[in-house]
Amino acid sequence: MRVTPEVTSISQTPKYHDTILYLDAVSVSFDGFKALNNLSFFVNKGELRAIIGPNGAGKTTMMDVVTGKTRPDQGQILFDGITDLTRFDETRIANMGIGRKFQKPTVFENQTVFDNLELALSGSRDVIKSLLFKLRGEQQDRIDEVLGIIALSDEYQTAAGNLSHGQKQWLEIGMLLMQEPELLLVDEPAAGMTDAETEQTAILLKKIAGDHSVVVVEHDMEFVKSLESRVTVLHEGSVLAEGSLDKVQNDEQVIDVYLGR
Amino acid sequence: MSQSPAFQRRSGFSFLLTDTGGKWLLGIILVAIIFVPVLNLYVPKDSFFHVPTFMVSLLGKYLTFALLALSVDLIWGYCGILSLGHGAFFALGGYAMGMYMMRQIGARGVYGNAELPDFMVFLNWKELPWYWYGFDSFSFAMLMVVLVPGILAFVFGWFAFRSRVSGVYLSIITQALTYAMMLAFFRNDMGFGGNNGLTDFKDILGFNIHTDGMRVTLFMLSALAVAFGYVLCRYIVSSKLGRVLVAIRDAESRTRFLGYRVEYYQLFVFTVSAMLAGIAGALYVPQVGIINPSEFLPANSIEIVIWVAIGGRGSLYGAVLGGVLVNYAKSYLTGAFPEIWLYALGGLFIFSTIFLPKGIIGSVASFSVKRAGGVSLTGFFHRISNHMRQNLKGA
Repeated sequence: MRVTPEVTSISQTPKYHDTILYLDAVSVSFDGFKALNNLSFFVNKGELRAIIGPNGAGKTTMMDVVTGKTRPDQGQILFDGITDLTRFDETRIANMGIGRKFQKPTVFENQTVFDNLELALSGSRDVIKSLLFKLRGEQQDRIDEVLGIIALSDEYQTAAGNLSHGQKQWLEIGMLLMQEPELLLVDEPAAGMTDAETEQTAILLKKIAGDHSVVVVEHDMEFVKSLESRVTVLHEGSVLAEGSLDKVQNDEQVIDVYLGR
Repeated sequence: MSQSPAFQRRSGFSFLLTDTGGKWLLGIILVAIIFVPVLNLYVPKDSFFHVPTFMVSLLGKYLTFALLALSVDLIWGYCGILSLGHGAFFALGGYAMGMYMMRQIGARGVYGNAELPDFMVFLNWKELPWYWYGFDSFSFAMLMVVLVPGILAFVFGWFAFRSRVSGVYLSIITQALTYAMMLAFFRNDMGFGGNNGLTDFKDILGFNIHTDGMRVTLFMLSALAVAFGYVLCRYIVSSKLGRVLVAIRDAESRTRFLGYRVEYYQLFVFTVSAMLAGIAGALYVPQVGIINPSEFLPANSIEIVIWVAIGGRGSLYGAVLGGVLVNYAKSYLTGAFPEIWLYALGGLFIFSTIFLPKGIIGSVASFSVKRAGGVSLTGFFHRISNHMRQNLKGA
């Protein structure tokens, strides 16, 4: 049975100020194609949430509207229960505490791993302050700590462009950590990783959740399973089902959509 | 966990200590500042070691071009802003200097008018236009040398960068900018001497600019300006701001998602660059004795980019080298074989794009890295001979 998403969300959130992210009837269309169609769902503070869905379900578009890359035609996106994100651009939204990892790993290829992390370091983004910037001891320690977390301590002077694909993915996650965001949007973190790396990534994301809220978009079902989180299934720009992975995997409609029946 | 030693990398002038190319450049400039004046002023004219005054001015001119190339490398090499209109900022700095020197002529002009430059008398103007006020003061004129290009760059950049115009579109509108300026400055009623521009300069601060001493002084000032420009640019690119610029160059949208206001960074560096170009223009004009609207020609601005590309983009000293070398080649070829210069320039550009994608500096650097890494020329022949031997076996 298909439940109208708005009803699910709102009935389950009597206090939406407990949410870190709250999408309310968001629609986006490109040349008549509805990428997001009345999409509503919410993520609680400290929650780890997986979002799955077939190609074209609107997963990446959802991240684009949350991070300000795309402006929605309709709807509201509340961050931390109060701020309507649809009124701000990427830079402002990033500074509010929303970090994003792209589907294709995007790091600064010509700069060292250390410099990549330093660029992501939370703090002033002011032009003159960055001209006069000096790395303080505790910031140095923080970078060293993150280098350890993402297992790149020995590579800190390597140009990011020379890292393997999996290492780039990790570096980008490390950059997210440096930003100290409240909410992390992570697009296909396990793409192109070996099984061992994928497993490590799942452990890392689970560790991050709790202090932060994390939304992960992923194709790889094994990976989603290892996240042991609540799963939201998107289809044609709206929520098709939500719940534990077991529950959504046994959902008739989800099976229909995935198998194309 | 290994401790990364990077926290020691920036204190005081340490950004210069690790910069080998920069130390060479500053050393050469220092040597030139000491020797060129001595060889010009104190070595007898018939001596083999005498540097003639025309050569001093020629070298001074190359140095102003080097500073101009430096300003382009700062934005293009480090921030990916390919300006094809930087000649406009150079020319504006030059015009500000020219206006000061026009006022210095005073009543010694052809028409003997103490207030109005000759071309205004010729046009039957009765009083000085308001925008010429203040240019009789040296300090005001020097301020304008940096302020006018700076403000134009700031306003232009404000609109361009805020609207996220970048890449080839930005290049095209910078071309349009310098072209529009050229058309405006060609008009007589703009009040900048129209077609003929400003010329017949006599002195700066009361010193006759045609004396050997003044020529040498201008040369030394140009050399100092290159050194100053180099240290300033190096300071900028080795700061965190410089790393943000490179981040913008390589992945602009990623930089936005890290919370950097990309357009402010672009605006800052574009404005600084335009001011440096203005200083270069102001030093250029007294050494060549004229400034006219042809300095705004779009082709001139494209040429600057070629200097930087040939010297080596994104290294700063490469730009200085390119600015001097290409212009030396230009002086030589336009004298010896005037008809081939443009072909030579085009050929150089194509050659450096295909065979030296990182310019002269980049190729020298990768050659020495290879040697240091043990891949020598003999090793290369060794591999070739092995390869041939195997081929022969197969046959």
